[in-house]
Amino acid sequence: MQTLGELKLPPFFNYPPYFTLQPVRETKEKQVQLWKELIIDYCRTQKIFIIGLEEDFPLFSNPAIERSLNYEARAAFLSALVSDGRAEWMDKGHRRCLILWHRIQEWADIILRFVKDNGLEDNVMTVEEMRSGIESRGTGMYIFCA
Amino acid sequence: MAGTWLLPAETTSSGRPVLRPNEIESSLQPSVDLINEDNPHIPPLKSGLLVLTTHRLLWLPTTSQPPPPAAAIPLSSVVQIFPSKKSIKGMFASPRVRFQVSITPDGQLQQKGSNVITVVLVFRGKSDPDSFVGKFWEAWRGRAWEVVGEEGDGSGRVEAGGSSGGETGLALRMPVVGVSGILRKEQEMWESTDKSLQDAFQDLNALMAADHMFLQSKAKEMVTLAEKMRQKLLSGSSSQANTANDEEMGSKEEMQDWLLSVGIVSPVTKESAGALYHQQLSRQLADFVKIPLERAGGIMNLIDIYCLFNRARGTELISPDDLLRACSLWEKFNVPVMLKKFESGVMVIQNKSHSDEEVFHRIRSLVQKPDALKAGVSATDAARTLGIAPAMAKEHLLAAESKGFLCRDVSPDGFRFYINIFQDIDPNDAYLVKEYGIYDTWIRAAIPSR
Repeated sequence: MQTLGELKLPPFFNYPPYFTLQPVRETKEKQVQLWKELIIDYCRTQKIFIIGLEEDFPLFSNPAIERSLNYEARAAFLSALVSDGRAEWMDKGHRRCLILWHRIQEWADIILRFVKDNGLEDNVMTVEEMRSGIESRGTGMYIFCA
Repeated sequence: MAGTWLLPAETTSSGRPVLRPNEIESSLQPSVDLINEDNPHIPPLKSGLLVLTTHRLLWLPTTSQPPPPAAAIPLSSVVQIFPSKKSIKGMFASPRVRFQVSITPDGQLQQKGSNVITVVLVFRGKSDPDSFVGKFWEAWRGRAWEVVGEEGDGSGRVEAGGSSGGETGLALRMPVVGVSGILRKEQEMWESTDKSLQDAFQDLNALMAADHMFLQSKAKEMVTLAEKMRQKLLSGSSSQANTANDEEMGSKEEMQDWLLSVGIVSPVTKESAGALYHQQLSRQLADFVKIPLERAGGIMNLIDIYCLFNRARGTELISPDDLLRACSLWEKFNVPVMLKKFESGVMVIQNKSHSDEEVFHRIRSLVQKPDALKAGVSATDAARTLGIAPAMAKEHLLAAESKGFLCRDVSPDGFRFYINIFQDIDPNDAYLVKEYGIYDTWIRAAIPSR
């Protein structure tokens, strides 16, 4: 099975139409959904937060079948993530996209659980402490950046 | 039966009269009753389509229930045509045309029968009986039926056609050879027309009628010419069949096909059909497209039909608009062909039997072949397999795509279609492959490592 970084790629990554934005609504919805999951999975395993629409991005091309997403398709998939609340545009021109592995609400829950688990409810902590503190190890918090 | 004294007339499946060789329609009149005046016991033929040709007077039923058969009166049996009477009474009643035909003692129509009966035509629709009578006279005196059976040399026919034109008779004695001959005659015709116009504005109607007849006889000649060439080719190829190689044969056959496609001897025209023009054109077109459609696999571009149809009509060209109107009238008639508009706006003519389901079914089996699973299908591939034009094949592929059955792949290699596997992928688990699904089939064919 193909891999990209640490991510095992699903078989349909070799399906050429996967790289062409489909015009038929139902088909397109399914395609967008599959792309959203794959982008999030990839970013999480590769620890990537930002996707530049105009820069090369390894996930957006498959040299094995010589297919890559065009600008329109990339924009469509990232926009779909943004409208799901799983990504945010970083500029007005929609050129750079911040990928949220967890939704903002999920992050809030994670922080709350982290605070409760460590008995820190009445303490004041800096973001840096949360990010790189000894308690954060292994919780997923240490890569948090917002 | 209603019309035993009349001769039976054949019609095509679309309801057009089947014409004899060299027979040409000259006028069509809607809603005409045909009454045998001398024998009131015979029920009249009510409200049919009256078709005047150079050889016959045809009465075609327009209502289906209970269908009286189409009937014919050969013009050769007409003895006399009465001039229409003008009277105060006639202003309020439907116009009538009376004429006499000769019959045998046992009541059959015959050219030189011993008895005579009077036939009345009653025009119930909006029509112009005066111009009809004019054309009736013209056709009757033209005696086109006498030309049939003679050795088909050009000059005799021209005289028959041109005699109504009067003064052109002598000028057309020169032998006609090919297209140049026709052109020369055309030129002479122009000159004489011109001259007569200069002489005086004589009977303008007569001139126009003459011109019309002339063009028709030209069309007929072209067809005869083509037929002759075909015969020559046929005899030529049979005599030296052993020596001729395949390629030569092929080109000859092509030539024959080409010549065969030349002819509609009696194209429906605005002059002959009047208000019925589009309706009759529609029926004629339905008859015409059958053969080319069959050859093209049941479906053809409207533009191709337009070219073929106009070529077959020769001098009486129709406009694209006329063609479109003729095609859209098919819905109202019971004809085996239909006009179809694809979403892209491309219009085609197809056999009713050539259904979308069948094409869809064939595309389905095409895209599931191992090669197609791996590399997709282009419009050209589909065209080859389905036996249709690439543009047509693309329309079908796009239709299948819009139904969610295919997916497109646009790449530098071109525009290709794949079977849609998205529908078979579980969105919650992208790695799950259901056994024996389309996704599974695709993986087996496209990814060799598995």
